[in-house]
Amino acid sequence: MKRTPLPLKDLQPGQSGKITRVSGTPEIKHRLLEMGLTQGTPVRLVRVAPLGDPLELHVRGYRLSLRKSEAASVTVEEP
Amino acid sequence: MPPSDLGEAVPPDGRRIAVAGNPNSGKTAIFNALTGLRHKVGNYPGVTVEKREGRLHDTDITLVDLPGTYALSARSPDEEIARDVLLGRIPGGRHPEGLLIVVDAANLERNLYLASQLLDFGMPAVVACNMVDVAAERGLQVDCRKLSSVLGVPVIPTVATTGQGVAQLRRVLLDLNGRRPRPRAWRLSEDFEAAVERAARVMAESGATPAYAAPGGALLWITDYLSGEPRARRSAERYLARLSEEHAAVLRESAAAVAAIQHDPAAAVIEARYAWISSVARDVVRAAADDPAARESWTDRLDRVLTHRVFGMGIFATLMLLLFLAIFSGAEPLMGLIESGQEAITEWVGPMIPSGAWRSLVTDGVITGVGAVLVFFPQICILFLCLAILEDSGYMARAAFLMDRVMSRFGLHGRSFIPLLSSYACAIPGIMATRTIENRRDRYATILIAPLMSCSARLPVYLTVIGALFGDRLGPKVAVMFGLYALGTGVALLAAVVFKKTLLAGPTPTFIMELPAYHLPRPWPILRVMWDRSKSFLTKAGTIIFTASIVIWALSYFPESATQAAVPTAGGGDQSFAPHAAEADHLHDSYLARMGKAIEPALKPLGYDWRISTALLSSLIAREVFVSTLGIALAVAEDDAGEGLRAGLAAATWPDGRPLITPAVAVSLLVFYVFACQCVSTLAVVRRETQSWRWPLFMFAYMTTLAYLSALAVYQIGSSGWIGGG
Repeated sequence: MKRTPLPLKDLQPGQSGKITRVSGTPEIKHRLLEMGLTQGTPVRLVRVAPLGDPLELHVRGYRLSLRKSEAASVTVEEP
Repeated sequence: MPPSDLGEAVPPDGRRIAVAGNPNSGKTAIFNALTGLRHKVGNYPGVTVEKREGRLHDTDITLVDLPGTYALSARSPDEEIARDVLLGRIPGGRHPEGLLIVVDAANLERNLYLASQLLDFGMPAVVACNMVDVAAERGLQVDCRKLSSVLGVPVIPTVATTGQGVAQLRRVLLDLNGRRPRPRAWRLSEDFEAAVERAARVMAESGATPAYAAPGGALLWITDYLSGEPRARRSAERYLARLSEEHAAVLRESAAAVAAIQHDPAAAVIEARYAWISSVARDVVRAAADDPAARESWTDRLDRVLTHRVFGMGIFATLMLLLFLAIFSGAEPLMGLIESGQEAITEWVGPMIPSGAWRSLVTDGVITGVGAVLVFFPQICILFLCLAILEDSGYMARAAFLMDRVMSRFGLHGRSFIPLLSSYACAIPGIMATRTIENRRDRYATILIAPLMSCSARLPVYLTVIGALFGDRLGPKVAVMFGLYALGTGVALLAAVVFKKTLLAGPTPTFIMELPAYHLPRPWPILRVMWDRSKSFLTKAGTIIFTASIVIWALSYFPESATQAAVPTAGGGDQSFAPHAAEADHLHDSYLARMGKAIEPALKPLGYDWRISTALLSSLIAREVFVSTLGIALAVAEDDAGEGLRAGLAAATWPDGRPLITPAVAVSLLVFYVFACQCVSTLAVVRRETQSWRWPLFMFAYMTTLAYLSALAVYQIGSSGWIGGG
């Protein structure tokens, strides 16, 4: 099961991954990249909001919140 | 003074330095520390992006605080404004001579992204490496000297909240000349670079961009032009329109050359920039021996409670209840004070003026008009105080994080929740609170539905009509009251779905939001923010509200008749009902009543006669005025307003003797008030917040149509079963 790419939204809380690909509409893709979610960046899913959406991520030393629909356009692989 | 004129106050020889940085980088704290909280606040022309300028202590240097942004693409109005200010493209403004870039030392990588984009413009610059104390707590040490040699500009470690490093920063700002950054150190592919170089040459040659900013400007222009994002493309096209045809053609060719070799140039540039930043950060940031990621910060610990499934939601609900109570009842004593002050002034000034039109203008027009503006002021101050505390502490982002799931179902944003909650107290602070919503479409949808939340001004109307309907039976009264609040809320959320699918349709806006570290709010900056925003309500919306009060006064006063000496008129807020028939006669002759009579045929299908129509018109100034005007129109002759009005309503009849207020009419009136935008002040604030008359007019039209049709349906269905009854 190692190194299988999976959508960022499928990480378990506490689980980390390494970003392999960012897709989505140009607006979402470029915004995600600008916020530091570039290829090869380690990212950790900190928690899911109490109502099930959005997600809280730890990336490049800060906390970022994304909706699951946005996190679906980010692919990670287990480090 | 129109806000766009702020720049003219600067002496021609005074230098201007722009202050830029990420949101939550402490940029505003640095700005405050350098200017000593003395600054002017306005708006950039045509948008609601806040514009702040202040003088650097004891100098003629003006600091221009740019909106906090994460990047400089033209994706949001904030980013576009920041860029336009830097390049001197704001109408009437000239570009700043220098740049102060604030970065968060505890979050250096992402902050360096914007910083490096800014440095590409080649202006003399200095970097404030802020919050080095927070970074140290997390075991992070930034080597500012090394960072300075990499970037080519001074880097000063600062802690804005304690003043550490501020004096040094000030010294550097006084002598910024010649401190130009190094040219961009990282490279793209050869062909890409060649195209950027060519574009830069043309941009500098055309004079549309200063020569030193051309390399950065060219890179940004090409990525905007090819980004595939409509907004960025439009911005790039606007730039082309400023050039000669030949120059524009060269730029287009350069873009085409890049498009031929790069599938997504914008993404490629971001990746390349971040790759360089990561290596810089590895060089200049020293982490303490233990792994900083393993250390648990205060923010982590707080978040485990504040975003917890049970405790987090409980604390959130409690905080929201407190916020609501603060706006709803916390403002009440102050509002009472304003109202009694208004009465006292009326009583004091009134006798000094001979009775007649002038006295009425002063007491019922001017004093009432000023009162109508001031009466909102306590609520607005309290709301802005609460919002500033929530924002400054970092909790606002968590509130949005908790509520986004619910709000996104209706096409809204997590940040829509607090404005809508505030609107139950009053739509005016609610609409002003939507400024925290970044995306324009999310923000406008929230503004458009905010007045459907039953505000406190509807309460007197609800209480009067429900009282007339049910007398002393508490059960049905409570049930109907609850039903009215639920009706407004439900329809508001449905309306949001409809607006987001029609009028404000477009790609789903993003919810990509930083969750900043918590910190203790600082009192002075918070009070300053509260005051700036509340003051802008007084000056901008206040004038419209005041004018409308005078217009409604004039309509209800004129034409003068013989009977009206010393008689107060409608529109006077909370006046008790004087028992004079003369007063009723006067109102009956007024232009307002003539208008009421003119629209009676349109409102008859709803069950309203001209007296109700007149009261409806007068309540445009504020919904609760409906009660007092109706009292006058019905010539209620009792001191106790509630009882008297109830009896008056029960006794009122049509000319043919049919009772006026049947249950069907009462419910129709209630429904009308749930939906109708009977509030000039709301429209004035929407005009102010959207910078256009289009949106307030649309709001008035859709809410009035909704109110009319619903009230019509209620009355027609209701009266078909009750005809002859009542």
